Amino acid sequence: MIETNSKIVLQGVKKAFGLKSVLNGVNLKIGRGESLVVIGGSGTGKSVLLKNILGLLTPDEGSIEIDGSSVVDLAWKERETLLRKVGMLFQNAALFDSMSVWQNITFGLAAQKPIPENEALEIAILKLAAVGLNADVARLTPAELSGGMRKRVGLARAIAGNPEILFFDEPTTGLDPIMSDVINELIVSCVKELGATALSITHDMASAKKIADRIAMLHCGEIIWTGSADQIFNSSNKYVEQFVKGRAEGPIHTEVLLP
Amino acid sequence: MAPLSTIGRSVLTFLRAIGQFFIFVTRSIIHCVIPPFYPRIFVRQIIEIGYLSLPVVGLTAIFTGMVLALQSFTGFSRFNAEGAIANVVVLSVTRELAPVLAGLMVAGRIGAAMAAEIGTMRVTEQIDALTVMSTNPFKYLIAPRVLAGTIALPCLVLIADIIGVMGGYIVSVYKLGFNPANYLHKTWEFLQPIDVISGLVKASAFGFIISLMGCYHGYTSKGGARGVGKATTSAVVSASILILGINYIVTEIFFAGSK
Repeated sequence: MIETNSKIVLQGVKKAFGLKSVLNGVNLKIGRGESLVVIGGSGTGKSVLLKNILGLLTPDEGSIEIDGSSVVDLAWKERETLLRKVGMLFQNAALFDSMSVWQNITFGLAAQKPIPENEALEIAILKLAAVGLNADVARLTPAELSGGMRKRVGLARAIAGNPEILFFDEPTTGLDPIMSDVINELIVSCVKELGATALSITHDMASAKKIADRIAMLHCGEIIWTGSADQIFNSSNKYVEQFVKGRAEGPIHTEVLLP
Repeated sequence: MAPLSTIGRSVLTFLRAIGQFFIFVTRSIIHCVIPPFYPRIFVRQIIEIGYLSLPVVGLTAIFTGMVLALQSFTGFSRFNAEGAIANVVVLSVTRELAPVLAGLMVAGRIGAAMAAEIGTMRVTEQIDALTVMSTNPFKYLIAPRVLAGTIALPCLVLIADIIGVMGGYIVSVYKLGFNPANYLHKTWEFLQPIDVISGLVKASAFGFIISLMGCYHGYTSKGGARGVGKATTSAVVSASILILGINYIVTEIFFAGSK
C-alpha cells in the first residue's frame, strides 16, 4: 500500500542490458511537491533509472508507481494520459531541430489539442519570459541558440504544460558555473511556482545542493544513501563522502588506470 | 565450447534482430491505418520523396530510354529487326527499368536522408522527448514516411515511364531516323495495361521498403555520429538489395505464366 503523500514510488527496480546489470533493486520514494536529486558517478545507472520511470525503458523486475498506480507496461493510451502530467529537461535539451523555438515549446500542448498559431506563439513567449529569455528568441531555430539558451528553452518546454512532475537529466552539464547557477535558480523557481514534484539526476554537487530538498546517492545500481540536502556534506557514508569531495581515493573505484 | 557459444550467440543475435525488425514492421503498418494521423508531415514527406526526387528520377529515365534505343538498334539491326525497338523500349522501361532505377535512386536519396534524420533524433534524445510529450514516435515519425513512400514512388515511376519512352523516341527519331508517327504507333500498339500496372505495383512495394528501411535503421541506431553513419549505409544497402529481390518476386507473380 502506498503512502498518500508519495508521488513516485520505486520498489526493487532491476534493469540489465545483456549480462551487464545496471539497476540492482532500487527502492526510492519521492513525496508530493518534493525535489529529490539522485547523484552518482558516470555510468551508475542514473539515466536508466529516469528512463524506467518515464516508460522509455521497461524494468526487468520491481514496481514503479506514480500517484499509486503502476506505470510499468502501460498501454499507450494510459501512458499518454500519465505523460501529460510530466515535463522533462533533457541533458542536451533535445530540442527538435526542424522546428522553431516557439514550436518546440508548445509541441506538447499542441499534441493534446490543436492550438491556433498566434495563441501558441503567445504561450511560448510567456514561457520564455519565465526562463529569462525575450520574445525575439521565439522565432529562432535551436541551431541559432547557445548552450545556456538551449537549456532555458528546454526548461520552458518542460514547464509549458504546467506539469505535476518535472524530471531534470543533468541540467547543468556543459555549462559554465554562472550559467549553471542561472539554470539552478530557474529550476528552483519553476518547481516552486508549479508546486511540482521534481526528480533530478546530476553529478554536479553545487546543482544538487541548490535544487534538492532531499538527495539520494546511486552506486552500483542501488540507492546507498538518502538524506536532506544539508546533510550531504556531513554524511558519515564513505561513498558519499568520496563523491561529494571528488577524491580519486576511496571505496568507489573509477575505471581509470592511474599512472 | 568457445566456438559453439560464439555460433550460438551469433544465431541468437540474428534471431533477435529478425524479431525486432518484424515487430517494427507490424507496428509501422498498424500506425499507418489507425488514427490520429499527421497530414502536414505526410504532405511534407510526399513533397520530399515525390516532388524533390523528380529531377534525379527524370534524368535517370531519359538517359536510360536513350541508351536502350541506341543499344537495341545496334543489336537488332544485325537481324533486320529494327522495328522492334519501340516495343523493347516501352516494355523494358515500364516493366523493369523505370521502377527499379527510380527505386534505387530514391533509396540513395530518401532512404539515406530518413535514416540520418531519424538516427540523429535518436542519438540526441529527440525521439525520447517526443514520447515524453505524449506523442507516439511511430505515428509522428514512421507512419507518415512509410505511407508517403508507398504512395509517392508509383507517381514518380509513372512520370519516369513517360520520360523514359520519350528518351527512346528522341534517339530513334532524331538520331536513327525512324518515322515519328510509326514509332509512336508501335509504342502504343505493344503496350498493355499490365505492363504499366506491374511497374506501379513494384514501385509501391519499393517505396514501402525504402521508407521502412530508412526509418528502421534510423530508429534503431545508437552510438553517436558513427552509429548514424552506419544506419545510413545500412538503410541504403538493405533497401537496394530488397528492391532487386522484390523486383524478381513481383515479376514472377505478374508474368511467370505469360508468353
